[in-house]
Amino acid sequence: MNQHNELARRSAIARILADRGDMLVVTGLGSPTYDCAAAGDHPLNFYLWGAMGSAVTVGLGLALAQAKRRVLVITGDGEMLMGLGALATVAVKRPDNLAILVIDNEHYGETGMQCTHTSTAVELAGVALACGFRWSTTVRQTRELDDAVPTLHTAKGPILVVLKVSATRDPLVLPPWDGALLKSRFRQALLGAQVA
Amino acid sequence: MTTPTHGGSDAARSSTIAAADAPNWPNLIFEKLREFRVRHVTYVPDAGHARLIELCQAAHDMEPTVLTTEEEGIGILAGAWLGGERGVLLMQSSGVGNCINTLSLAKVCGFPLLMIVTMRGEWGEANPWQVPMGQITADSLRLAGAIVYEVTQPEAAAPAVEAAARIAFNAGLMVAVLLSQRMLGTKLFKD
Repeated sequence: MNQHNELARRSAIARILADRGDMLVVTGLGSPTYDCAAAGDHPLNFYLWGAMGSAVTVGLGLALAQAKRRVLVITGDGEMLMGLGALATVAVKRPDNLAILVIDNEHYGETGMQCTHTSTAVELAGVALACGFRWSTTVRQTRELDDAVPTLHTAKGPILVVLKVSATRDPLVLPPWDGALLKSRFRQALLGAQVA
Repeated sequence: MTTPTHGGSDAARSSTIAAADAPNWPNLIFEKLREFRVRHVTYVPDAGHARLIELCQAAHDMEPTVLTTEEEGIGILAGAWLGGERGVLLMQSSGVGNCINTLSLAKVCGFPLLMIVTMRGEWGEANPWQVPMGQITADSLRLAGAIVYEVTQPEAAAPAVEAAARIAFNAGLMVAVLLSQRMLGTKLFKD
């Protein structure tokens, strides 16, 4: 915190999702949802457009139900701060297939770039470790990102990576926001056409 | 309601009640949950749910998850449904207030959401701090778009859960079964 963050969120997310394989992705509302859509819409992306604070819990339920699939939650610092208790719940359940990526620009990007708690005091990676996550780290530089990408894909969970990024406003890339559509296409892609 | 039941006592005392005196409705609800292939049992504990929670924890094919706050259960059950599995959210009426905005996740996506709510602040409540939420629990759920079944008699509990589960899982709707203090008993804060 209080350091100049240089990493660009869009290129970092594109890189993390480039070789996603059969990974299941849950995104938190706001810019993380747009970042993931910008990397390429995918039926196995479940985008949250509301229910702030729920990205991690949706990822947890999915990870418990699909224990053999990698689940990656991609959310922002503001969304994560609204559901900090979920990190405690995840740590207790200890799903080894769940990874969480917090794109931390230290601001509420959707509402006028007001500062979040991570800009002055709160270290989310430390919170995750204190809760009992298997591993957590904060990434600030490209070479640290190089190490974090395979970790997010394969390291035994639950893990949490905080990606410190510059507070830019990127072009809006809006995925579908029809919740019923997002749910049904995800289930069909994962479970087969018969489930709807 | 004259016979004290475990639901009105504290959790520690409830577990010491002899089996013969224990009410049977938690067992009957548990059987309904199994019938409907409910696997994920998410909960913030309540004395009224203590027996049902014990039964679910002992079931090898169920996945119990303790929550730090009730709305976490809505997200977990949405994720479980995305992954092809069913669940239930057990909570006290005070927890319904914590859930309101997160209910929009289930509502807008059409996720099934089966909730079983033990009431406080509703009937002869001793603790005034429980009354404000207890008095608006049913209305709050209905305003948020949930179907609400209010149960006042123990023998009506399992049939209500069965009806709620059928609607929730077949139609992708939010359904809450409220278990009244008339059947649970009222916590009297006495040793």
